[in-house]
Amino acid sequence: MSTPAPSGLRARVESLGGSFLSVLEQAGAFLLLFLAILRRLPILFARPRLVAAQVHFLGNYSLAIILVSGLFVGLVLGLQGYYTLRRYGSEEALGLLVALSLVRELGPVVTALLFAGRAGTALTAEIGLMKAGEQLSAMEAMAVDPVARVLAPRLAGGLIAVPVLATLFSAVGIMGGWLVGVGLIGVDQGAFWSQMSGGVAFYDDILNGLVKAIVFGLVVTQIALYFGYSARPTPEGVSRATTATVVVGSLAVLGLDFVLTALMFSGF
Amino acid sequence: MSSSSPLVFSNVCFGYGTRPVIDSLSLEVKAGEVLAIMGGSGVGKTTLLRLMTGLVASSSGSVSVFNQLLRGVSHQDLFAVRRRMGLLFQFGALFTDLSCFENVAFPLREHTTLSEQMIQDIVLLKLESVGLRGAAQLMPSEISGGMARRVALARAIALDPELILYDEPFAGLDPISLGVTARLIRRLNDALGASSVVVTHDVAETFAIADRIAVLAPAKAGARLVAVGEPASLRESQDPYLRQFLKGEEDGPVGFHYPAPELSDSFFGKASRP
Repeated sequence: MSTPAPSGLRARVESLGGSFLSVLEQAGAFLLLFLAILRRLPILFARPRLVAAQVHFLGNYSLAIILVSGLFVGLVLGLQGYYTLRRYGSEEALGLLVALSLVRELGPVVTALLFAGRAGTALTAEIGLMKAGEQLSAMEAMAVDPVARVLAPRLAGGLIAVPVLATLFSAVGIMGGWLVGVGLIGVDQGAFWSQMSGGVAFYDDILNGLVKAIVFGLVVTQIALYFGYSARPTPEGVSRATTATVVVGSLAVLGLDFVLTALMFSGF
Repeated sequence: MSSSSPLVFSNVCFGYGTRPVIDSLSLEVKAGEVLAIMGGSGVGKTTLLRLMTGLVASSSGSVSVFNQLLRGVSHQDLFAVRRRMGLLFQFGALFTDLSCFENVAFPLREHTTLSEQMIQDIVLLKLESVGLRGAAQLMPSEISGGMARRVALARAIALDPELILYDEPFAGLDPISLGVTARLIRRLNDALGASSVVVTHDVAETFAIADRIAVLAPAKAGARLVAVGEPASLRESQDPYLRQFLKGEEDGPVGFHYPAPELSDSFFGKASRP
């Protein structure tokens, strides 16, 4: 005859199981919402203005912080890169180091992290407040599908805005590296640019970096939309949802970066 | 029940989770009438509106709108029904990123291919009908709650609906706005040849404009209808709940106080403090 489990242990197991089921349920809801939005994306070809408005809104929201961050990251890369390369007498490769670091990794990753913190939270709060103010219900009552009218254009907007922002981030970062390397330290200008143009491959580096930015844009925007759409319609619920967007969005970007890097650059 | 009735409830039951809200309710909205649904706060009036628009589905019984059963209806058919309805939300539910003009234009832009000039004319006419043509370019954050509700009303009637649903249209209005809004509901209903359902607990204004009034009372198994009839017949009713509700009396079937221990017990420690 088996003895009953102690109530404390049983409660802990039940709590763990409950948490696991809750995560599974949320993952299912996330996927279902994503599929529902994907099914409605073709509608946007007939209404490109909705997408253009979102690209403008999301891009504008993050542009300043992306440009400033890109510049500072480039400046630091220039400094750190120069001091490291000097040990090996390879200062001329500074341009290559800065460009590869930005195009392959820092551009897409930092852009996506900043996007999650800036535009992602704004998206979540906007959708959450629309829900709390019954605006989404009002749309449904007017026979307008909120997934098609509100969520789909925003997903498409994020999908387009993040790669553009990542490109700008990398471009400004390279300018930052040039400012420090060539302008401040005195690395040869010709070597800086020629090493860069000779070492950066379009397919392996630029295109892969762009694919990363597209994936991050899709994932971060979808996370922001999901948490906004499923937020409890109260001030506390919206506040929790915006926090969740930053936390889950950032972790997803970092985790996905590892997976994508392994797939793209390690020859798996 | 007549097949020409735009809205028919037959033995409808509904609950949120395990909490019953509506119990076996049958009701019909006749063509061209203003039907008021009255009852205390939290009795389930707004839920009835959500059932009428298909925002929630009944757990049993049937809701039929324009001879279309809402339970199990396809997305397209449900939206086709909703295009013939207008719903005024309790707090307006205006889109906060759009001006008053754009809010009213929203259903026109979504559901019609009218020219910009035509949309402008219709929007201004609708705003004129609620007395807010001058506020067309203001944002929802720049107008009062009462004005927001009137803009929302203009939006609800933008497509000339055959059935207009109002959720607490008189709540929080000053006496002038209240009287004007009540007459507006009646006038719009008659001018559009529509039918209207007004969910409210404002007795005086409702009795002045409604053709029929349905009164809901709370019960353990969910709200039930205690009376449906013309205002005059309801005034003469001897039903204790109806009399208490219409006269606003403290004594009656509905207790004012939430169930609690004796007051002395709460103060002198016999009952646990909150």
